[in-house]
Amino acid sequence: MLRYANPTKFLALSRALRPWLAGATVLLLGAGLALGLRVPPDYQQGETVKLMFLHVPAAWTAMMAYGLMAAASLVGLVWRHPLADQAAKAAAPLGALFTALGLLTGSLWGRPMWGAWWVWDGRLTSFLLLLFLYLGYIALWNAVEDETRAARAAAILALVGAVNLPVIEFSVQWWTTLHQGESIVRAGGPLIAGVYLWPLFLMALGYTLLFVSLWLMRIETAILERRARTVMLEGG
Amino acid sequence: MVFRDLSFAVEAGAVLSVEGPNGAGKTSLLRMLAGFLAPASGTVRLRIDGTALEDGEERGKQVGWLGHHDAVKPQMTVRETLAFFAMLHRGAGALEGAMEQVGLARLGDLPGQYLSAGQKKRVALARLWLCGRPLWLLDEPLAALDPAGKRVVADLIAAHCAAGGIAVAATHEPLGIEARRLVLA
Amino acid sequence: MSALLLRDVRLAARAGGSAMLALAFFAGVATLVPLGVGAELPRLARIAGGVLWVAAVLAALLALDRLFQADFEDGSLDLLALSPLSLEAVAAIKASAHWLATGLPLTLLSPLLGVMFGLPPRALLALFVSLLLGTPAVSALGAVGAGLTLSVRRGGLILPLIVLPLLAPAVIFGAGAVLEVLDGIPNGALGLLGAFSFCACVLSPFATAAAVRLNLGS
Repeated sequence: MLRYANPTKFLALSRALRPWLAGATVLLLGAGLALGLRVPPDYQQGETVKLMFLHVPAAWTAMMAYGLMAAASLVGLVWRHPLADQAAKAAAPLGALFTALGLLTGSLWGRPMWGAWWVWDGRLTSFLLLLFLYLGYIALWNAVEDETRAARAAAILALVGAVNLPVIEFSVQWWTTLHQGESIVRAGGPLIAGVYLWPLFLMALGYTLLFVSLWLMRIETAILERRARTVMLEGG
Repeated sequence: MVFRDLSFAVEAGAVLSVEGPNGAGKTSLLRMLAGFLAPASGTVRLRIDGTALEDGEERGKQVGWLGHHDAVKPQMTVRETLAFFAMLHRGAGALEGAMEQVGLARLGDLPGQYLSAGQKKRVALARLWLCGRPLWLLDEPLAALDPAGKRVVADLIAAHCAAGGIAVAATHEPLGIEARRLVLA
Repeated sequence: MSALLLRDVRLAARAGGSAMLALAFFAGVATLVPLGVGAELPRLARIAGGVLWVAAVLAALLALDRLFQADFEDGSLDLLALSPLSLEAVAAIKASAHWLATGLPLTLLSPLLGVMFGLPPRALLALFVSLLLGTPAVSALGAVGAGLTLSVRRGGLILPLIVLPLLAPAVIFGAGAVLEVLDGIPNGALGLLGAFSFCACVLSPFATAAAVRLNLGS
């Protein structure tokens, strides 16, 4: 594992893996969509239930991205490894993107179901807060000028956020019970039928691999960018 | 990287004058000795009573620091400023004596905002004396001071070292006392 | 330890300090709300807990970017780091001083504003207690943000972006405590708020100290 913490070895491994990951992503997302579009309409939600296959995996991936970012931050902070710093930095915009995708599809899904583009439902609200956590992290990275210091500051923020995230999640759930007017139909949970399970599973795996492929690509770019900068500095 | 292959030792009672052009890394060297900065490679070791302190933060607790900035709050009087640091260092005794020593005896009740740069430097010197740390790290201790002020610096360093302390000063001009020189290129 | 606390509170209370500013901001925001949403007292009472909590959080954040920056710029922070206090203690004390200078005065003023929002006496008490319990968490988590943005030239601009999402639980439970009284349905908000605040106050100084430490290495 630690052998691949060397940037050169990481580049070689990442380049070898990426075509396979990309291929698997396309296959999984294709299969997931094909299956997902053919599921029978839900008795309550009708055809809109199919949006679940785009929404729920996006939300999962956004959460997973934060977890990976926090894990990379911890490694960067404890072992002072630049590759981990880059990995954390590279995960943030992707996490923000998947969070935004989750919010967007959630809003589209909510329109026919709740009759409004935005409802302060527990899941959407906590994802809005997650989006702000990502944006704060990205802003901090960009604001601190010295790169090593930016990496450490951002890592501390990611860890504080990771500790606080479950509390935020809990408080938002608590809040929805406090203000409940209409009872909200929640996706997921035990009432999900088997026909929906397979496409959901395929899509979730597809989203995950999509994230991993893009993540690896961003880390590669960051490494190459650093090298280019060193070459330019030495050449100039 | 500012400097490399730097190796030196200072014994108790000695003064080291660190010299070199702007940007040679004098301030960085002092911050490294104080433990703010970790050297990219190598170690800084402070030996006190037979124990060697290598950890930056432990070493910092033995350091008397005189930096570029004087840490004098405009809203606090000279006496308040010094009393605060004396309390922080658990020794409020010699407050008036320290003010006398640096020539601030009559300015005790003046808020920091009315002090000149040289007077603020004297407040910083009094604080350095009050804190009673064995290792003094001084960044341009003579800057902004008049000839009388410069003599105060020399006297303070001499008294500190006579009591077995160490002083390392980054400076552009002679300190006015006998010192070993370390020139950074 | 008390020396640093006393100094920071004094600096905040003197001319140019942040204590009065925060109070004025708090009252100002609370005055604008009825102008914006209308003056019917029943409706104002319903939203009072939430509005005053949001206003209190914003007021407390107002001066937060200077918490370490002022000491950083004039060299005091170097001396504090070299003092017998650990950086963790410095972080905890400075956050406490911030609370004494902003959170506590805001809490003391809140019943007055609550009356103007038409809150019944028992709800006033809930508002007061919730702010008393919850504003320390605002100072503690805010200090983390202040430490992280210490070397950022315009740190005050990104500080709220960093800190506000972390404070969502405090606002939710704090406003919930007022609703508990208004609705007469027990919801345990104060207990949850207390637990959140306690954990924030215990854990934050470590993150704050780590953030300050990395900024001293310059």
